[in-house]
Amino acid sequence: MTNSIADIQQADTIFVTGSNTTESHPVIGAQLKRSVRNGSKLIVADPREIPLAAEADVFLKIKPGTSIALHNAMMNVILEEKLQDETYIRENTDNFDELAESLKKYTPEYSAEICGVDADKIREAARLYAGVDKAAILYCMGITQHVNGTETVMSLSNLALITGNIGKPGSGVNPLRGQNNVQGACDMGALPNVFTGYQPVGNPGALEKFEKAWGVTLSDKAGLTVTETFKAIEEDRVKMLYIFGENPMISDPDTHHAEHALQKTFLVVQDLFLTETAELADVVLPAASFAEKDGTFVNTERRVQRVRKAVKPPGEAKPDWVVFMDLMNRLGYEKKYNDAEEIFEEIRKVTPQYAGITYDRIKGRGIQWPCPTTDHPGTPVLHIGKPARGAGLLKPVEFVESGELGDEEYPLVMTTGRILYQYHTRTMTGKTEGINNMAPEVYVEVNPELAAAKGIEDGAMVKITSRRGFVTMKAKVTDRVEKGVLFVPFHWESGANVLTNGEVLDQYCKIPGLKVTGVNLEKMA
Amino acid sequence: MITLKINGFDVEVKEGATIYHAASSIGVKIPTLCYDERLKPHGSCRICVVEVEGARSLMASCSTPAANGMVVHTESEAVVTARKELLDLILANHPLDCLTCEKAGRCTLQDLCYQYDIEESTFDGKRKSYEKDASNEFYTADQTKCILCGKCVYVCSQVQNTDAICFVDRGFETHIGTPFDMGLSESTCVSCGNCVAVCPVGALMPKRKEKFRYWEVEKVKTTCSYCGVGCQMELLVKDGKVVEVEPVKGHSNDGLLCVKGRFSYDFVNHPSRLKKPLVRKNGVLEEVTWDEAYETIVDKIKEIKAADGPDAIAAFSSARGLTEENYLMTKMMRAVIGTNNVDHCARL
Amino acid sequence: MDLYRSHVLVCGGTGCVSSESMKIIESFETELAKHNIEKEIKVVKTGCFGLCEAGPIVIVYPEGAFYSMIKVSDVPLIVEEHLLKGRIVTDLLYKDHTTDETMNSIDDVGFYKKQQRVALRNCGVINPEIIEEYIAYDGYQALAKVLTEMTPDEVVDIIKRSGLRGRGGGGFPTGLKWEFTQKAPGDIKYVACNADEGDPGAFMDRSVLEGDPHAIVEAMTIAGYAVGACKGFVYVRAEYPIAVKRLQIAIDQAKENGLLGDDIFGTGYGFDMEIRLGAGAFVCGEETALIASIEGKRGMPKVRPPFPAIKGIFDKPTLLNNVETFANITQIILKGADWFAGIGTEKSKGTKVFALAGKINNTGLLEIPMGTTLRETIYEVGGGIPNGKAFKAVQTGGPSGGCIPAEYLDTPIDYDNLISLGSMMGSGGMIVLDEDNCMVDVARFFLDFTEEESCGKCTPCREGTKRMHELLDKIVEGKGTMDDVAKLETLAKTIKGASLCGLGQTAPNPVLSTLKYFRHEYEAHVNDKKCPAGVCQALLQYLVIDDLCKKCGICAAKCPVNCISGVKGKEIYHIDQERCIKCGACLVACPFKAIKKG
Repeated sequence: MTNSIADIQQADTIFVTGSNTTESHPVIGAQLKRSVRNGSKLIVADPREIPLAAEADVFLKIKPGTSIALHNAMMNVILEEKLQDETYIRENTDNFDELAESLKKYTPEYSAEICGVDADKIREAARLYAGVDKAAILYCMGITQHVNGTETVMSLSNLALITGNIGKPGSGVNPLRGQNNVQGACDMGALPNVFTGYQPVGNPGALEKFEKAWGVTLSDKAGLTVTETFKAIEEDRVKMLYIFGENPMISDPDTHHAEHALQKTFLVVQDLFLTETAELADVVLPAASFAEKDGTFVNTERRVQRVRKAVKPPGEAKPDWVVFMDLMNRLGYEKKYNDAEEIFEEIRKVTPQYAGITYDRIKGRGIQWPCPTTDHPGTPVLHIGKPARGAGLLKPVEFVESGELGDEEYPLVMTTGRILYQYHTRTMTGKTEGINNMAPEVYVEVNPELAAAKGIEDGAMVKITSRRGFVTMKAKVTDRVEKGVLFVPFHWESGANVLTNGEVLDQYCKIPGLKVTGVNLEKMA
Repeated sequence: MITLKINGFDVEVKEGATIYHAASSIGVKIPTLCYDERLKPHGSCRICVVEVEGARSLMASCSTPAANGMVVHTESEAVVTARKELLDLILANHPLDCLTCEKAGRCTLQDLCYQYDIEESTFDGKRKSYEKDASNEFYTADQTKCILCGKCVYVCSQVQNTDAICFVDRGFETHIGTPFDMGLSESTCVSCGNCVAVCPVGALMPKRKEKFRYWEVEKVKTTCSYCGVGCQMELLVKDGKVVEVEPVKGHSNDGLLCVKGRFSYDFVNHPSRLKKPLVRKNGVLEEVTWDEAYETIVDKIKEIKAADGPDAIAAFSSARGLTEENYLMTKMMRAVIGTNNVDHCARL
Repeated sequence: MDLYRSHVLVCGGTGCVSSESMKIIESFETELAKHNIEKEIKVVKTGCFGLCEAGPIVIVYPEGAFYSMIKVSDVPLIVEEHLLKGRIVTDLLYKDHTTDETMNSIDDVGFYKKQQRVALRNCGVINPEIIEEYIAYDGYQALAKVLTEMTPDEVVDIIKRSGLRGRGGGGFPTGLKWEFTQKAPGDIKYVACNADEGDPGAFMDRSVLEGDPHAIVEAMTIAGYAVGACKGFVYVRAEYPIAVKRLQIAIDQAKENGLLGDDIFGTGYGFDMEIRLGAGAFVCGEETALIASIEGKRGMPKVRPPFPAIKGIFDKPTLLNNVETFANITQIILKGADWFAGIGTEKSKGTKVFALAGKINNTGLLEIPMGTTLRETIYEVGGGIPNGKAFKAVQTGGPSGGCIPAEYLDTPIDYDNLISLGSMMGSGGMIVLDEDNCMVDVARFFLDFTEEESCGKCTPCREGTKRMHELLDKIVEGKGTMDDVAKLETLAKTIKGASLCGLGQTAPNPVLSTLKYFRHEYEAHVNDKKCPAGVCQALLQYLVIDDLCKKCGICAAKCPVNCISGVKGKEIYHIDQERCIKCGACLVACPFKAIKKG
């Protein structure tokens, strides 16, 4: 997030898109509703009538994968009605003219057709967003999990930049991170192309710095992403895969394809439980849970917070860092750490954003990076005054329909998401009886009109087929979704990800297009 | 700034601060059953009444703004008499089952009765009696124990903003319920337990899996391991087991948790946790020593590295692991194995 | 307007409507048509005349003949005799209770003599459903004056100078309220009228809404102009269907005539009004609870500050006055602040409407200048106590007012005097109690109401009123101790001092005032196990006076529980006190007055 969670209270308008906030980030959802009830305006864009839609001033029930058309149309209205922040554009952005030119064709009427919404509602949303002092954008996987996910984010950033809604409290472009430490994992360079603090492996200066810090020679060649790794295994380029605390058998697209790859490679899995993925492993290592170790998590607003050991790990389970240290030592790298804090001290030395954060400073309350020095209070809002890169680049983005669509054999769009009571692949939530009573099994949301046309009753078993395979599950007949759209929560095995596409990836960040899958629906006999 | 006198001490507070704030700022603790800084002042319990010289009646300190020149007494005879009377009234309509009540030890009513020497009520009239609502999977609502401080309703409507519960009926019959008293399972309740967290008595209680007393547990403050909000929480530990989770006021969560963070901690103690390393032998995963597991991995790494180079090895780090663990994982892959093939599920 | 030789005014207030006054109107119309004089005589459905005791009331002008307790069957006679032949039907005229004298004209009726009708000026005079009638009585002149000649500041100033205080109970200076709302920052402001009249027996607000609804529409519009509001809400209980209907008619007529809506009188000022119906919870008369209810929330009081003038309906500055307060506004504008301030006492200006009930001859609604004494009100306007009984106390201020004993009868009525006597003005309820009323029972009666109507929010009111009620139950059942009386008093003081809103703070008044002035009655219940007024059943004994018993056995025959034993003609009868249910049937049945209550 460019801004802080508490910031939401200060926003005059909040634009939530591709985020079922009250279910996926319930505590932010609560704060969001509080802000709305205290007078903030709310725009919600989502293919489903999510609970937050009931609180919205404008709800845009867009077709899955059409966000770019919506954002471009909102910008079209803004420029048409001169609601942009001229000063901010002049002083802090590049390439405005080219952007403006590209937006001309995205009239509300043009995009309304693509998105399946009312053109006047797009106008209303644009005015609500641009007509106020401070407007914040909150988004989540509904924006990013598309083959054009990066471009969708760019279009949101364009929207924020041309209205000057960046670099001040109550504004910003704020991705809501789905997992407890996805921010920390990214910050630590658990990405194939960067070291900690987003220092590129291909940058000679960075490379040299880390070679010096770690006392080794390093590769400057970017590595493989998760989705590329599966392909590399299939192609015999990768022979061994070490998975730490992940369950790609459920979370990754095209389960059958993933399963094949996982079976083929030498697989090490380190986890709390014998997950669907661990069952395929050659070596399984028992890990300590968050309650059994000291360390830090970094939340979605870049706040580094403490995790503390409350109980002992069961049996011989060990904190993951101990395992990595042991393995490094056995592989001949002699560095020893007595505790997580020693590792954190090393992180500080090589990560400028973390340089000022110490365990002592975050014992009470966390600190938001960047925090360059130990007397720096942390940074609740990024890009104050000017965007970090000097001037915000306004890159024109065109709407392109997903290749998953337009196939007569698979005429419906399946989109995926999370539900309140389950978390990710249920490895943790699935162990609580009450949770399983509340959300016992996978289901598909089907529009009543579609259900009637196919003779599907509420609770009936249905078969969903995509180019990757088929699954069966119960139908939940509801007008939360439109006629051409199905929604399946992805938490369960033999569920949504059997159908999703793992082949076609976003050209920039290699994210799969999980939110748009062409499918067919049939009633089970 | 506003200057006033509390219990003989001069206090300076910002305009708009209440007497309660002013007293807190100099360490004078005024007892209350219904105050919560996140709520609009509602002044329900009246326990926080104080004497303001010259005022017609006692003033609720939680909702009375401090004014210049005010002279306040927080434990004067009139105040203590009123508080005792109020506690007497509350106790007259509250079961005295502290021996078996799970809230014992952290019940504010219990603490206040102790503080003001109220052993039992002097009134012996009608007492309320309701059936306990155990229809929610994670907590129970026992209106018989409810003292109607209103915090649960206001937390639900002003902080959590779910509006699942409300006041029902009026006068002595007032109770907290759901629309049409259909029960919690039929309500819009999202099981966040944020009402449970603010209940000063044993009316709203988490459903326990272990028997424990609050004075037996150790509390460990930590960060929630579910989504990216980073809610602050306390793990309550007894005999090496997490027996309950409670929200803590942190920057990002404002004292709130959701159903997952609050109630879904069973995985920690779960019997199916992995306790020993496993290595696949003849197609079957078998328990082995750490040494054997490590050797198997190290041998494999060396073998592949020698045959196909370091880029034939890949790793997925974890968005659920510690920052430090992610760092060490990437360091292991980059510095020790020699490849940048490390990614994690940020995209999924 | 057509000219008529006679006007027949028939009361269309709720009280008379329940006694079929609508049928009386129909009957007049039929009878007049029958005699072909329907073009000469106009039948007018008016608001309440106030003297409900004598309802249904019909007044015939120009004579001012005051017919009371009229039945549909009386109509032909009035038409034939009075309207056709010009002979007043004396038998049907109102008779004074005290003198039993027949009153020819309304001007002679004692009930009206001491009254000065400002708020009720048009009630019983005009047809409330016809805007022209209101206009004919200077209606909308005040609004015209305000909008065309006065600045908002001047309007606030005149109300301030008039000394008008809130008639809903609190007595807060109205002009100050207007000023606070006017000065409160905010683009959107509201004016609200509290018509949630909740005191049992009080019906002045209903009467105004039924009898003169345009006065409220006009006054609220004036208030809106003064404070800068463009929208008004009238919160009225759904139990007042006639009031709601007539107010809606008035709003619609005002809109049709350009007196409400955009650009009133072409001045550019716009004001709109909306009726919100309440479900009849007593607490919704409390301003913050009323606002919550208007917002669609549960009617529960909120802490103040912030006051409604700063944060009211939907958190916008809101001017909230009650019906009677608004009913004074146009007169103050038209006649001036000095005129209004000239009526009443030093700190309580103008008149006040009271609903007189209980042990009183003239039950009804009356409007008297502030400063009129309780004695004048009860004896002169109210016509005194029926059946020659002795006055014991007057309970003012509704269910949470206090009981004032005889020694204070000469107290001039105003806000401050009533409070100093442990009672209050409230919305103007006035219940007269005589020697047959038990004061402990009276206190219990009012507690029964306040306990039931407590919103349940704050501890002292919710729990405390219940316990006070239980202690009173104990005392009237003869099971109380002096400790209980002491406990009752402490509890009452705690509730008064620690409750959140006005309801809780005043709920103990009936207990505290009766303890103050009639402690001996409590002592009699507790120590002597006697109810001096003979009201509390548990403490009653029915006894056979042996000397007077003629052994007839009638008492035993009438006893529903067969607890009277004796032998007819041979043995004196005896009542078994254990089994007696104190129904009093024997007392009534005994032809020889041989049974006494003690």
